[in-house]
Amino acid sequence: MSKTKFLSPGALPQWLSELAAKATVYAPRREGRAVVYRPHIEGEAPELALRPTESAKHVLFPRAEALFSFTKQGEAEKSGRRLEVQEPAEPGPAVIFGALSCDARGFLSFDPVYEGSGTDGEARDPYYLKRREKTALVVRACKRPLSTCFCHWVSGGPASGQGADVLATEIEGGFFLQAFTERGDALLDAPSLAEATAEQRAEADKAHCAADKAMGEIPDLGPAQESLLDLFDSAEFWRDRSAHCLSCGACTYLCPTCYCFNITDESSGLAGVRLRSWDNCMSPQFTLEASGHNPRPGKSARLRNRVGHKFSYYPKIHGGRFSCCGCGRCIKSCPSSVDIRKIVLDAIKEVGHV
Amino acid sequence: MSMQDELKSAVRAALADCDCVIGWGPGPEVLRRSPLFARQEADADLFRADFQAVNNPALFLPEYKGRKVGVVVKGCDARSVGQLVNEGLIRREEVHVIGFPCDGVIDVGKVAARLEGLCEPGEVTSLREEAGAVVLTHPGGELKLEKNDVRADKCGRCRFPNALDADLFIGAPMEPSTGEDPYDDLKALESRPYEERMAFWEREMSRCIRCYACRNACPLCVCRDQCVAVSRDPHWLTQSDGVRDKLFFQIIHASHLAGRCTGCGECERACPVGIPVLLLKRALSRRVEDLFAYRAGIDEGRPPLLTFSLDEPAIKERHW
Repeated sequence: MSKTKFLSPGALPQWLSELAAKATVYAPRREGRAVVYRPHIEGEAPELALRPTESAKHVLFPRAEALFSFTKQGEAEKSGRRLEVQEPAEPGPAVIFGALSCDARGFLSFDPVYEGSGTDGEARDPYYLKRREKTALVVRACKRPLSTCFCHWVSGGPASGQGADVLATEIEGGFFLQAFTERGDALLDAPSLAEATAEQRAEADKAHCAADKAMGEIPDLGPAQESLLDLFDSAEFWRDRSAHCLSCGACTYLCPTCYCFNITDESSGLAGVRLRSWDNCMSPQFTLEASGHNPRPGKSARLRNRVGHKFSYYPKIHGGRFSCCGCGRCIKSCPSSVDIRKIVLDAIKEVGHV
Repeated sequence: MSMQDELKSAVRAALADCDCVIGWGPGPEVLRRSPLFARQEADADLFRADFQAVNNPALFLPEYKGRKVGVVVKGCDARSVGQLVNEGLIRREEVHVIGFPCDGVIDVGKVAARLEGLCEPGEVTSLREEAGAVVLTHPGGELKLEKNDVRADKCGRCRFPNALDADLFIGAPMEPSTGEDPYDDLKALESRPYEERMAFWEREMSRCIRCYACRNACPLCVCRDQCVAVSRDPHWLTQSDGVRDKLFFQIIHASHLAGRCTGCGECERACPVGIPVLLLKRALSRRVEDLFAYRAGIDEGRPPLLTFSLDEPAIKERHW
């Protein structure tokens, strides 16, 4: 679980081909102004200069997936009709190539939830877990942060190998590759890769140190959990923080750690599917009750939930881990520039924990 | 007094009888401001009206109906205010409109293209304005960009850089830089065969994540929590995320905006994955202008598709 290799840029297409021979490879591709993860096409160079606009979570947690399909059969009389149910095809092996450290850490927030944490494993989610088991992550280390990056606030780092199977670090003349798991070792067992030297490892270590150093100071987020609870009923605090929020789903759907979904039966005639699709707590329907009552009637209550969930309620039941990997996509791509960092720091300050 | 200082004074003065004043303040990145809601005098000092004053603050006005609010507007934002008034979605007397001369706003995507090979927009550490240009500081040095090269497309066809209807106008009014809208963007798309156009939309929509930022950033999108896209009972639209399903929503959105869209472009700017959804609205705006001689946010009165007139002068069929 500690194999190291060296990838020269010229060998990248070959390595991708080798990986693609055994698994579906998802790699960043530039489309219009965005960088999105797409199934790799032979001969295409992945976009590694710009950071992906979206996270890679849809590879494990599709935007819409049929949990099963059904067909009603027989006569429409009382007892004669049967429901034929078909399970979806098993997911195949996959590799997410060129994800960021924060993307890999994002799945660590998904895992306990979908493993049924707190339910003695009763509520395990086989759809997610099957994909998780079969998907490897090749992560690239960042060199410089964007002004919206804050992975280091939430126990991550620009070159963190947490959650990665392989970490790729750009060094002179290519990439130093380091495996962290057996799955990673297997990915590095490829003819296109050369053995890495001790000098190359030292150079990668140096790059990691430089990247860590480029990150700013780390504020103490320890009091966040309590502060956000204390402010739960402060209408004014949340009104001011959410005044410019559009209550759209951009933050949630770009977020590597947001895992909520909706379920609908979509049928046409006698056949249909039970569909699981992404949902988000910024949407009014997220909490709309059958009676018509909505316990989160406006955007301030919805934004309060989003921030509270990530920095208070989730950590409370998951050993203190924030449900945030600090990728900053919610800030960078927010049409209204809502800054979750500022909200958390404001909450701590407001309650007087500083 | 500089225009920015005039703005701050205007905001302070407006706070005397307004619940809040909406404009632009510091954002999380150098290139992006954030909408700012001033409720006390000290907030006024944070206000800026400049090249990064991108968001359309008219978006927020309907939420404040029944209370008096101030709003700082560019020419395009003022058209949204006008249209909201036209449609009775806000009351003119409840809004204190502060206008200023706008010489265009930044398109961060265009800046990103110019920064290519140097850094990403989020690595820019400062911006300063020089006559007709902005100078950015990035990790490798400085980059001077002419504003005309990196401003939003809508600014290149703007005929109303000054608010058409303001209670207070600060600074010297700008001369519009252009005459009629040539609709070059639409013409370019329409010159291609239908199959290619469909392929274009399918390719663009394939990366839609259905966050509905386009819808929520639209000042004239009024269904808010009752949108057909998310209604469950009845379940108008599928949750399936096929490309045509996603395009279907965009067609609905554009249809609802026909003759109401003022072309502020916030739908397209808000899209996190850069889908050119404004094109759909512009296609319908042009048609409404041709048929009904009505320009949303400029001409007064009820939008033609919200009314019915037996004698539409531009519809000739009845005389055949």
